[in-house]
Amino acid sequence: MAKLPKPEELSKIDLTPPKTDWMDTPVVFKEGMFCHGSKPKSLEIVGFPNPREWRPADADWKLPENWKEILLEGIADRLKKYRSFRLFMDICVRCGACADKCHFFIGTGDPKNMPVLRAELIRSVYRKEFTTAGKIFGRMAGARELTVDVLKEWWYYFYQCTECRRCSVFCPYGIDQAEITMIGRELLNLLGLNIEWIAGPVSNCYMKGNHLGLEPHTIVGNLEYMLDDIETVTGKRIKPTFNRKGAEILFVTPSGDLFADPGTYTAMGYMMLFEELGLDYTWSTYASEGGNFGFFTSNEMAKRLNSKIYAEAKRLGVKWILGGECGHMWRVLSQYMDTWNGPADFLEVPKSPITGTVFENAKSMKMVHVAEFTADLIKNNKLKLDPKRNDHLKVTWHDSCNVARGMGMLEEPRYVLKNVVNNFVEMPEDTIREKTFCCGSGTGLNASEDMDLRMKGGFPRANAVKFVADHYGVNMLANVCAIDRATLKALMEYWVPSVGVCGLHELVANALIMKGEKERTTDLRGEPLPGIEAKEEKA
Amino acid sequence: MKIYNKGPVFLGIVIFLALALFPFYNNFGKANKKLDIKTDTPAILEYEKVNGKKECVEPKAYMRGEHMVLINNWRDAVVRDDNRGYLSSTGKRWNMSLQNGCMQCHSNKKKFCDECHNYMAVKPFCWDCHIQPVEKEETQS
Amino acid sequence: MKALVSLIAVLLLALIAYAGASVPAMRFLFGVVIPYAAFIIFVVGMVVRILKWASSPVPFRIPTTTGQQKSLPWIKHSTIESPSTGLGVIARMALEVLFFRSLFRNLKTQQVGDGTQVAYGEAKWLWAAGLAFHWSFLIILVRHMRFFIEQVPAAIQMIEGLDSFLQIGAPLFYMTDAVILASVTYLFIRRIGIPQVKYISLIADYFPLFLILGIAVTGVLMRYFTKTDIVSVKVLAMGLISFNPTVAETISPMFFTHLFLLSVLFVYFPMSKLVHMAGVFMSPTRNLANNSRMKRHVNPWNYPVHVHTYEEYENDFREKMKGAGLPVEKE
Repeated sequence: MAKLPKPEELSKIDLTPPKTDWMDTPVVFKEGMFCHGSKPKSLEIVGFPNPREWRPADADWKLPENWKEILLEGIADRLKKYRSFRLFMDICVRCGACADKCHFFIGTGDPKNMPVLRAELIRSVYRKEFTTAGKIFGRMAGARELTVDVLKEWWYYFYQCTECRRCSVFCPYGIDQAEITMIGRELLNLLGLNIEWIAGPVSNCYMKGNHLGLEPHTIVGNLEYMLDDIETVTGKRIKPTFNRKGAEILFVTPSGDLFADPGTYTAMGYMMLFEELGLDYTWSTYASEGGNFGFFTSNEMAKRLNSKIYAEAKRLGVKWILGGECGHMWRVLSQYMDTWNGPADFLEVPKSPITGTVFENAKSMKMVHVAEFTADLIKNNKLKLDPKRNDHLKVTWHDSCNVARGMGMLEEPRYVLKNVVNNFVEMPEDTIREKTFCCGSGTGLNASEDMDLRMKGGFPRANAVKFVADHYGVNMLANVCAIDRATLKALMEYWVPSVGVCGLHELVANALIMKGEKERTTDLRGEPLPGIEAKEEKA
Repeated sequence: MKIYNKGPVFLGIVIFLALALFPFYNNFGKANKKLDIKTDTPAILEYEKVNGKKECVEPKAYMRGEHMVLINNWRDAVVRDDNRGYLSSTGKRWNMSLQNGCMQCHSNKKKFCDECHNYMAVKPFCWDCHIQPVEKEETQS
Repeated sequence: MKALVSLIAVLLLALIAYAGASVPAMRFLFGVVIPYAAFIIFVVGMVVRILKWASSPVPFRIPTTTGQQKSLPWIKHSTIESPSTGLGVIARMALEVLFFRSLFRNLKTQQVGDGTQVAYGEAKWLWAAGLAFHWSFLIILVRHMRFFIEQVPAAIQMIEGLDSFLQIGAPLFYMTDAVILASVTYLFIRRIGIPQVKYISLIADYFPLFLILGIAVTGVLMRYFTKTDIVSVKVLAMGLISFNPTVAETISPMFFTHLFLLSVLFVYFPMSKLVHMAGVFMSPTRNLANNSRMKRHVNPWNYPVHVHTYEEYENDFREKMKGAGLPVEKE
C-alpha cells in the first residue's frame, strides 16, 4: 500500500501497444499487480490438487511433473463440457470491439488486458493442440506451444480479469471473457495455481460456512454489536433469530456485511427493515455466506459451497429464501444454483407475507433478492419512509456487474433508492446499467497486495463517480454488492475522497420510520441527521 | 457423438443445407436449356452473299462482351453530337443506328437479343425509347 | 508484415488461377474439379463444425443480460435485451444477426482533459462498415443466383434492379460492388490503423479480407472492364449444378481467377474464424432466455459433489453454538 503511486501518476495511462508482437513479449510480474499464491492448507482443506508453499514471483512454481498433460487434458475435458468454451475458441474475429471496454485495459493500457487478447492467450494454445490448421501452420495460424512462460502469463492475466462481462455486452457474438477466465482459472487450479485471497475464503466457507471464517458464536457476537448500534440510533432492541426451524424465510447475505463497515450498516438496515415488518425469518450460521468464492476457482467448488443454501433451507423447513445485497452472489444464484443443487421442490414459490405478492420470476429457484422484496413493499405502501433523513447525501448508483449483466436487475434498486433519498443523480449513461464498470476488485482480487491493480482496474468507475461528484456534488456511492462496499471504499479514498460508499438498505433503514422508535438524531453511522445540528444550536 | 439441443441444431443445419444446396435441387431433373441464337436473317444471308462472309461492326468476340458499351456510346454520339459515322477497328465505316443499323441485319430480336438477355435476366433499356421492331411470327416465316 | 504475407498469399493464389486457366487443359480443373471439391468441403465442413459445437452441452443458462429482467409486474421488462421467453430470444437473435445489435453499442474510450480522465464517444464506423460489408456480400450472393436458375425468379430480378437502380453505365453499375470494396477496404485500414487492433491481428484476420477483396475485384473487373463470355459462364454454372458441366473456350482467365478465389474461400471457411456465420446462432450468452429463476435449466453432466454437511459443521462447532445460545440438532 505504501508503494502505491499517487493518483496523478497512476492515471497517466499509455495505451500504445509494445513494439514486439504479443507472443514475443514475455510476461513481467509487476509488484502490486498480483496477489499472493495460495497456501497449501487452504487447498488441502477442500482437496484441491498440488498443495505446496509457492510464490508467484519465484521462477519455480513447483508444478507437478506432468503439468502440461494435466492442462491439455483439462482443456479437452472442458471443450466437451462447455459449448461456450468451444465456441468462443473458434468464432472470435478479433474486431476489437471489446478492447477498450475492459476496465483493466482502460486502467493499465496493457494490451493483454484487452478481452480479445486475454482470450487469445488460451486460444493460441487451443489452436496448437486442438485444431488442424494450428498443428500444421503453427505461428502462421496464430498457434503457440504451451510452455511454463505461457502458463505464467495465463496466471497473471486470468487474475487480472474480474469476470464482469462488460466485454460480452459489446461483442457481436456475445463472446464472454468471464467464461474464458472462469475456465482458465479452473485449469490453473488443476495445478494448484490459485491465490490465497480466494483459496483462503473458499476453505473458510467450506468448513465454517462463510468466507471470513466467522464461527457461529462470532456471527452472533458481531450481530450483537450491530444491534447495540441500532438501539443507540432508534431506541429499539431487535432480537433476530439464528438457525431457527420453522421460520417462514431463510435470510442469506454475504458475510462481508457482518464484518466491516460500510457493509455492517447494510446488515443493520436489513434487520431494522425485517423487524419493522415483523418478518418471520431466520439467519443461518451454517449457510452464512451468500457470496461464492468457489465460483472463482472451479465450477465444482462453487457448487460445493452453494449447496449449503438449499440444504439449510430444507433442514430448517422454511418456505423460501431471501437473499441480501451482493453482486457475484446473485449471478451464481440466478444462473447456477437451481441447475447445480435444485430442484428446490421442498420450498414454496416465494410470496411476500406483507404484500401477498408472489415472485413468479423466482418460482423455480425460490430465492428473492432483497431489493426486489423492498421495491414491492414500497410500491404497496407498506413502509413509512422519510427520505429527508438522507438529505445530507447526494447519491449516485453503481450497478454491480453481475447483477446488471448476469441477472438484469436494474430498476428495482433504483426504485427503492428514489423512494428513500431525495437527491439521486445517475452517472454518465455509458458507465451504468448494462454498461456499468466494475469496481476493479471483483472475483477475489480485493486483496491488499494488489492495490495497484485494483486502483487501475477501478479507475473507469472512479472516473465516472468523479464526474458526478465534480458536476453535481455527489457524495455517496450506493450499490447492492458486498465486494463493492469493501472495495469501492478504498477506490473512492484513492480517486475521489469526497465520496463515501453505502449499501441500498443502509439508506432504506435511515429513511425507515419504525414503530415506537425514539426521535432519531443520527443516521446509522452516528452522523448527525440533517437539520439536527441546527435544531440543537437553537435550543 | 451425442448432440445436445437437437431440435434447434438440426433445424439450423437443415436451413443451411436448404440454402446451400438450393441451386442443385431447384434444377434437379430439368434439362439444361440449349441456347438457340440465330444469325440467319434474310439481310444477313444477303450480306454474306454479297461480301463473301458474315460480319458485324466489330469482331464477334468483342461484340459478345462489349455490345452494350458500344451501343451506349453510339447513342451518346448520335443524340449528343449528331454524329452517325462509326469507324470500326477493322477500318470500315458503319451507320450508327439501332433501328436502321443493328436491327436491319438482326431483325430477329427474339432469337438474337432476347435469347441471351432472357437467359441472363438482363433487361436492356433500348426499348424504353425505341419502338420495338414488329417481328413476323415464326410460324408464318 | 502479417498483412503483407496475407496479401502476397492472395496474389499468388490469383496468379496461379490466372496462369493455370490460360492453359486450355487446366480449364476443367479450375472450372469444374476445384469448385466441386471446394463446395463439398464447405458444406460438409460447416455441418461438421456445427455438430462439433452441438456435441458440447450448454450446462448453464448464462445469457448476458443487457436490459431489465422480468420481475415485478409493474417494472417495465426489457423483453428483447433481457428476454424471458423464446419469442424474445428470437427477436434478440434477429437483431443481432440482421443488424449487429451488440456492435451498435460500440463506444470509443478516449483520454480527455489532461489525459487523466476518460470519456466515451460514439463509435459507429465499425458497425456501419461491418453491416455494409455483410449485407452487400449477401446481396451479391443472391444476385449471383441468376447464374444458377434458368428462369430467373422475379424476386432475384427485383433485388438486382434495386441494386442497379441508379442506372449508371452499361452494364448497369451495382451499388453493392462499390459498397463491398469500400467496406472491406475500411475494415483493412482500420485493422492496420488502430494500434490495438493491429496488435491483436493475425494472418488469419488479414487473409480472408484480402481473399474477399480479391473475389470482389475480379468480379468487378469482369463485369465492368475486361468482360467475359457471360452466357458461357451461365452454361458452365448450370452444368455444374446438373452434374453435366461444359467449359467453353470463350470464358476468360479472369473468370477462373474469380472462381478459384471463391473456391479458396469455401475451403478456408469451415476451418477459420469465418465460422462465426454459424457460431453466432449458438452463442449461449445471446440465445438463451433470462429465465433461469423461473424454469430450472438442466446440466446433463451435473454430478454429485463432496459437501460439508450441516451435521459435520455442528460436530465442529457444537459447544460454541450452545455457548452462543444457538439451537443444535444433537445435544
